[in-house]
Amino acid sequence: MVQFFNGADFRLILPEVQLTLFALGILLTDFWLERREKYFNAVMALLGVAFSGLTLWGMPYRLVSFLERTKIGNFNLGRFAVPGLIRASSEAAKTTRPHLMDHTGSILIDPFFIFFASIFLIATALVILLSVRYLDMEDEQEGEYYALVLFATVGMMFMASGIDLIVQFIGLETMAISFYILAGFLRRDRRSNEGALKYLLLGAFSSGILAYGFSLMYGMSATTNIFGIAQGMARTGESGWLVFLAFATVAAGLFFKVAAVPFHQWAPDVYEGAPTSITAYLSVASKTASFALLLRLFTTAFWPSNANWTYLVAGVAVASLTLGNLAAITQSNIKRLLAYSSISHVGYVLLGIVAGNETGMRGISFYLFAYAFMNIGAFAIVIILRRKGLIGDELDDLNGLYYRSPGAAVLLLIFMLSLAGIPPTAGFIGKYYIFLALIQTGHTWLAVFAVLYIVPALYYYFRIVVHAWLRDPTDKVSIAISPMQTVALTATVLVTVVAGIYPEPFIRLAQYSVFLPFGALGR
Amino acid sequence: MDFFAHHILSVVLYTPLLGALLLLFVPRASENGHRMLGNLFAMLGFVVSLPLVAWFQPGKAGFQFEETANWIPSIGATYHLGIDGISFLLVMLTTFLGAISILSSWNAIQIRKKEYYMLFLLLQTGMLGVFMSLDFFLFYLFWEAMLVPMYFLIGVWGSDRRLYAAIKFFLYTLAGSVLMLLAILAIYFKAGGNTFDVPTLLAAASDFPSSYKVWLFWGFFFAFAIKVPMFPFHTWLPDAHTEAPTAGSVILAGVLLKMGTYGFIRFSLPLLPADPVMRTKIVNIVIVLSIVGIIYGALVCMMQKDMKKLIAYSSVSHLGFCTLGIFVLTPHGLAGSVIQQINHGISTGALFLIVGVLYERRHTRLISEFGGLSTPMPNFAAIYLIVSLSSLGMPLLNGFIGEFTILRGTFEVNKTWAAWASLGVILGAAYLLWLYQRVMFGSVTNQANEHLPDLNAREYATLLPLVALAFWIGIYPKPLFVYLEQPVREIVERVNPGYYKAEHLTLPSGADEKPAAPAALAQPAVTPQSPAEPR
Repeated sequence: MVQFFNGADFRLILPEVQLTLFALGILLTDFWLERREKYFNAVMALLGVAFSGLTLWGMPYRLVSFLERTKIGNFNLGRFAVPGLIRASSEAAKTTRPHLMDHTGSILIDPFFIFFASIFLIATALVILLSVRYLDMEDEQEGEYYALVLFATVGMMFMASGIDLIVQFIGLETMAISFYILAGFLRRDRRSNEGALKYLLLGAFSSGILAYGFSLMYGMSATTNIFGIAQGMARTGESGWLVFLAFATVAAGLFFKVAAVPFHQWAPDVYEGAPTSITAYLSVASKTASFALLLRLFTTAFWPSNANWTYLVAGVAVASLTLGNLAAITQSNIKRLLAYSSISHVGYVLLGIVAGNETGMRGISFYLFAYAFMNIGAFAIVIILRRKGLIGDELDDLNGLYYRSPGAAVLLLIFMLSLAGIPPTAGFIGKYYIFLALIQTGHTWLAVFAVLYIVPALYYYFRIVVHAWLRDPTDKVSIAISPMQTVALTATVLVTVVAGIYPEPFIRLAQYSVFLPFGALGR
Repeated sequence: MDFFAHHILSVVLYTPLLGALLLLFVPRASENGHRMLGNLFAMLGFVVSLPLVAWFQPGKAGFQFEETANWIPSIGATYHLGIDGISFLLVMLTTFLGAISILSSWNAIQIRKKEYYMLFLLLQTGMLGVFMSLDFFLFYLFWEAMLVPMYFLIGVWGSDRRLYAAIKFFLYTLAGSVLMLLAILAIYFKAGGNTFDVPTLLAAASDFPSSYKVWLFWGFFFAFAIKVPMFPFHTWLPDAHTEAPTAGSVILAGVLLKMGTYGFIRFSLPLLPADPVMRTKIVNIVIVLSIVGIIYGALVCMMQKDMKKLIAYSSVSHLGFCTLGIFVLTPHGLAGSVIQQINHGISTGALFLIVGVLYERRHTRLISEFGGLSTPMPNFAAIYLIVSLSSLGMPLLNGFIGEFTILRGTFEVNKTWAAWASLGVILGAAYLLWLYQRVMFGSVTNQANEHLPDLNAREYATLLPLVALAFWIGIYPKPLFVYLEQPVREIVERVNPGYYKAEHLTLPSGADEKPAAPAALAQPAVTPQSPAEPR
């Protein structure tokens, strides 16, 4: 029996629908706008994010009211209920949080989704704020840019809410295709074109691998629902290697999206070539969305075979930490440096999955949340360096930033400290949670390894600081910061500092977001 | 007043921070505003810490002036401050040396004054926080956050190789501290995973199996050993001390290094495994490293051409005494170690100020550039001589008290260790007096030195308080020992439980004359109550 979406289901995807409508609206109104009125597109896009955010804001309350109305306490998996699995983790099931699911079982609105969707919307808003003046500089102030940013956000939100392989894949592709175009948005710039093409080719290839993994999962369980797949793979007793093959292909596809070693080669080129605002967006939102999807899949469909792949993930994490941190040391381009550093951040997040307990999941949520603010903040500094005739992404372009704009230099210092994980910043709390989870689950050596990589990380982040603070300025042009950029910078630095000094509310948020339907690893 | 009395530690802790924040609002163009406000708040920081002297009760067990507040309940971290006799002395040393070293930078710092004074005050808050925190999370936060202002102090206002020295300092210390973070997390989980409270966790740690405590011990060890610095981990120190501006060197030597020894006393000693074999092994390793540090540091001093580098290496030697005193696990060793830490802050701080005086006049620190300075600068020569003698352990000056007490504590345990360590005293006299001879005596060899002005009022104001303290501690150290008696007894009873039973020894605080005194001060459950238990 086929059930189509009804009104109640429609309300579940309202945030995405609103974003889409605004994006379409931008595409339409863009024709009317004069060249100097193009900033209106940005306002529209921000409005779309605001509306979507308001809808999202109301969702937690609806989860509660839904709960009261139907008296459903635990995850209602409907026809996909997996008696064996649920019983095995009844303790964890008791603590699962209220949620909403549509009639076809393809969208799950739960705290996990609300948390990640909020990160996407915040990141989108910040990126739009940072884009306006930057695009003026680049002479590429087009409506399509904002529309594509919103479309990418829609894709991300479906990646976080989808519990059906089809929805997830379409979400992923919506996001990815938007990014292929956005990465090459500077049509007249060779680096941008090169990066975009590289991203497109490798991205399409990785999507293919991911789709192959999805098809294996479907083949083993005859369903596309991830809970159903968990059940199906457990029931049919497929031989371990087939499950592992499915895992490996899915993981390969997703590791590409998050730029984990050995699927990272595209990242430095794309990050360097893309418009800086898109680099910020790509490094934060796309990565976070891919992690959301990865967590959804790893903690459901693949959770029963956890023991087989934990070491694989640990290996990828260690490789990412090593390569990301060591390669970043020698970079002279800030965007490339931050690209490699973002590879190392992926390593830390993956270690949270290796720990695989509730603390680890909370740590991942907090880490990604903090990362969104501090990384966008770091790129925002690169963006404000851009002016006519100066790209501003070389380390030497930062020289004497302190003399040219003391405020920007202070912010840069804070973001670098946070990225390196020095207290009292948000980045430290994120790393703290990852180490906490590793120690808790007895991965002491992994923890020692990961914690020591803070040292080279601090070294290369402080190379940036040295240029900004301790070198004499090479040009005297003072730095102009637009009001919109000021808003974005203020927001990022506030969260970075406040979440470091008083992390309690943010920890609660991260705790609220935990999605671990089959419980923690009993190790 | 009531609020002040209940939150005195917070007040002391945040006064410098407040100063730093107020400095934000002083316009950059202001000629004198930054240094006046900076000095004002450094001085104020010292003044608000004075009530601690009056209110601190030396005989009371446990921590005093405790403050507790919720901070991050989700992870069990609280805002918990408190001090005992040991941290009390270190807090006073910090506020005192902070005020003096900020005063000493009045003329030395000519660029980016605003940032200089802000960072210095931030550094003060960071260091005070380390000594006051009774919550591991809070402790770690201060411990790490403090690195940032120090990095900039070296990196911006240092001399030629400042960038190299600054990042080396940061990376070395960071490498140690991140391992400590893991050790902290390990204690946290082993003890139940719901609190970071230091006294609670350390009490719980006494029940941990010895094999586990060995790992915890080494986890903490690197953080503190690098900070102190102990022998193989010391290579950051000569660079950082030499390149830092004068005030930075004073604070580095005077206070920052004490964070390492303080960490050893507060955290490492309670984590010594109970198993005698493992414990002896650890203690032997640490003590051998200390003795090697004492002698190696002294020998390296002999070869230095740069005055500041010489004094920097002398810190390695002197801090070797401090760690030696800590790990012989006797009351004399421990108390002597704390006294020696204070002494080192005073003497070496003063020595760095003296080098700073010369540097401000000649802009060089090479020994060969000087000679016969006692002719143009007689008053300077007198003060420098006193400070040198105090640093090398001349009786009636402070250094003697510390070294003597440490060596006495060591002698009780192992005569060979004491013999080797006393070699360090002799070498100390050699390099310090030789330095003095080359710089001050003889005829003026360099034309540029002939008309150097003698000390000015501000330089007197920075040096004389230190000289006065050196005499005071050298002649009448009892007041300091009084503060140490109770915490030292608590620690030794915990880590070396047989000691007080086996020996009826007390500190040289006058308690020897009154046999009843130690028993009255001691915790009744552990120590024999009656003086009728002779040795």
